[in-house]
Amino acid sequence: MVFKVMTGDYAAALSAKVTRAQVIAAYPITPQTLIVEHISEFVDNGELDAEYIRAESEHSAMSMCMGSQVTGARSYTATSSQGLAYMHELLFIAAPLRLPIYMAVVNRTLAAPIAIWNEFNDTMPERDSGWIQSYAENNQEVLDMAIEGYKVAENDNVLLPMMTGLDAFILSHTVEPVDVPDQDIVDKFLPKFKAKFGKIDPDDPMMVGSFTPPEYIMEFRKQTDTAMENSKKVIREVTKDFAKTFGRNYQGLVEEYRLDDAEVALVTVGSVTSTSREVIDDYRKEGKKVGLLKLRYFRPFPVEEVRKVAEKVKAFGVIDKSVSFVSGGNIYQDMRAALYGYNVPIVDFMAGLGGRDIPTTDIKKMLDITMKAAKDPKSVKPINWIATRGC
Amino acid sequence: MVDVAKPKRLTIKDLPIEELFTKGHTACAGCGGSMLARTAMKVFGKNTAVYSPACCLLVFGSTYPLSSWKVPYFHVAFENTAAVIAGMRAGFKAQGREGINVVGIAGDGGTADIGFQALSGAAERNDDTIYIMYDNEAYMNTGIQRSGSTPYGAWTTTTPVGTVRAGKREFKKDIPRLIADHEIPYLATASVGHPMDLLAKLEKAKNAKGFRYLQVFAPCPTGWKFDTALTVKMCKMAVDSGMWTLYEVENGVERVTYKPKQKIPVNDYIKPQGRFKHMTEDKIKELQAWVDKRWARYYGQEKSAATQQ
Repeated sequence: MVFKVMTGDYAAALSAKVTRAQVIAAYPITPQTLIVEHISEFVDNGELDAEYIRAESEHSAMSMCMGSQVTGARSYTATSSQGLAYMHELLFIAAPLRLPIYMAVVNRTLAAPIAIWNEFNDTMPERDSGWIQSYAENNQEVLDMAIEGYKVAENDNVLLPMMTGLDAFILSHTVEPVDVPDQDIVDKFLPKFKAKFGKIDPDDPMMVGSFTPPEYIMEFRKQTDTAMENSKKVIREVTKDFAKTFGRNYQGLVEEYRLDDAEVALVTVGSVTSTSREVIDDYRKEGKKVGLLKLRYFRPFPVEEVRKVAEKVKAFGVIDKSVSFVSGGNIYQDMRAALYGYNVPIVDFMAGLGGRDIPTTDIKKMLDITMKAAKDPKSVKPINWIATRGC
Repeated sequence: MVDVAKPKRLTIKDLPIEELFTKGHTACAGCGGSMLARTAMKVFGKNTAVYSPACCLLVFGSTYPLSSWKVPYFHVAFENTAAVIAGMRAGFKAQGREGINVVGIAGDGGTADIGFQALSGAAERNDDTIYIMYDNEAYMNTGIQRSGSTPYGAWTTTTPVGTVRAGKREFKKDIPRLIADHEIPYLATASVGHPMDLLAKLEKAKNAKGFRYLQVFAPCPTGWKFDTALTVKMCKMAVDSGMWTLYEVENGVERVTYKPKQKIPVNDYIKPQGRFKHMTEDKIKELQAWVDKRWARYYGQEKSAATQQ
């Protein structure tokens, strides 16, 4: 065990190395570029024994990962924003073909207006692709989520691809100390992948990805749905194992913070969680009963975990960095769906879009509005644009 | 420069009786594409993995739960054949599995148009894969729409015979030339109606290393509107007229592999095909001029001049 100071992008590149990805195919895009640069160094310095294909586009990078994964090779890629959008078509193919590819996505604004800063409008629209989707709070979690991710994705009862979001610049280009686990411990935790089912192998010929008539498609869809449902249990178990092995307890699909006697819960995803913890501590010092629910996974949505929290709090405030116009943020929508029939107000806060800073003062404002909603739900707008001129 | 092994020339007797692309598939009668798949698999053998994009071959060869493939067969999407097979090769290599023929078989639309970016990338990286385009000169699977590979004047459903304009206004895109300029180890044009020439080229492609590109002329009776018994004849007339040329480029050395004994007028070739039946004399002249230029390019100027009408 050794602590190293690194950027989130370096942690993502390192995750490909420690998980012993066998094939890496990628295409550069800001702010993911450091990932492909560092992986190039690892491979060309002989530190990482992998086939690394410098793709001519993100579409090809994902196609290559599908080609390599179907032969049974652990496959890795990384992208961001427009690059992810360019892969869109293939994401919906990788999941039903049950190819457990892992991908780091540096969450960046999806144009227009064109911008390179943090937003979740790139990954959130891919929520229906069948990919497991997780979000890292800090650079340590960027590294850890890949180790955890392959273990979840490659589980026989799951076999789904997984993407992990890390915030553009806030994580990707910011250095933090990261505990780098010993390689032999990672190897023990995450053994070599062995493809047992749909695979391309001349010694055992089969057809993968065939043209399929209506008599069979429903069953394929249901199987993908079941696999996603199965992943919840697997994620809970893997995070337990992870805590035992590496000493960091991520609790499962969500992390609770000071929620035991809380009256309101702030729901966060990604790096804003760290800032929010500070505010929660400040408010607690003032005697305000506030807590935090960090969603580590957005797909599968942690319905059971959210409902458990709904049993004890009087209101939820949700920070959303992506918008489904007029319908609010994507997390807000899933919270509403999960809590249908629960009489707990949910308030949505559109914040941090396009990479705008979310300072502690804004988070305090959100908590204040949520506390107001807990007392009088009708006194609060359901969707609130924070720190937006003209609102 | 990558070495290309010198293969022995195959004869029909050298081909295995076993079919790895079997009967029972649902291709139209006289389909050139299915002839290519069958012939190619006889040369490549069992130690092969095949990918094809969305195209006729996908539909007539692998509609779930049936399959005509006795080798592993993979499909993902339309525009990424060269990229997926690059990944398959990398996957095998990463697991220490050498010697597998990784083959992509794609149509002309999936190659010349939407798949060209991936194809160019693969050629530039010199991926160790075999890419075969079966050229039926239109998007046949979606119902005969024009592609970059459709010849001048041809009717398709998107180049209809209208009252103002009739047929395709552009000439056929020369993909083999573009790929040859990527300086890959082996490139060949072939046709399903010239089986000995095709076999030799498949064998060379199989034994070479690096990126290998074959473009195989594969007539489509359904899309071209000709008698299903005439697929081979269409190939022969295409080559004899100069509409198609059989050549290879091996480590940069270009060689015509079959030279027609006599040049036939392009009109003889297009006449049996319904897709050209609206062609006016002026248009036929324009097509003949295009053909003459190509003829001169591959067979020399004097031959072309001697056969001018």
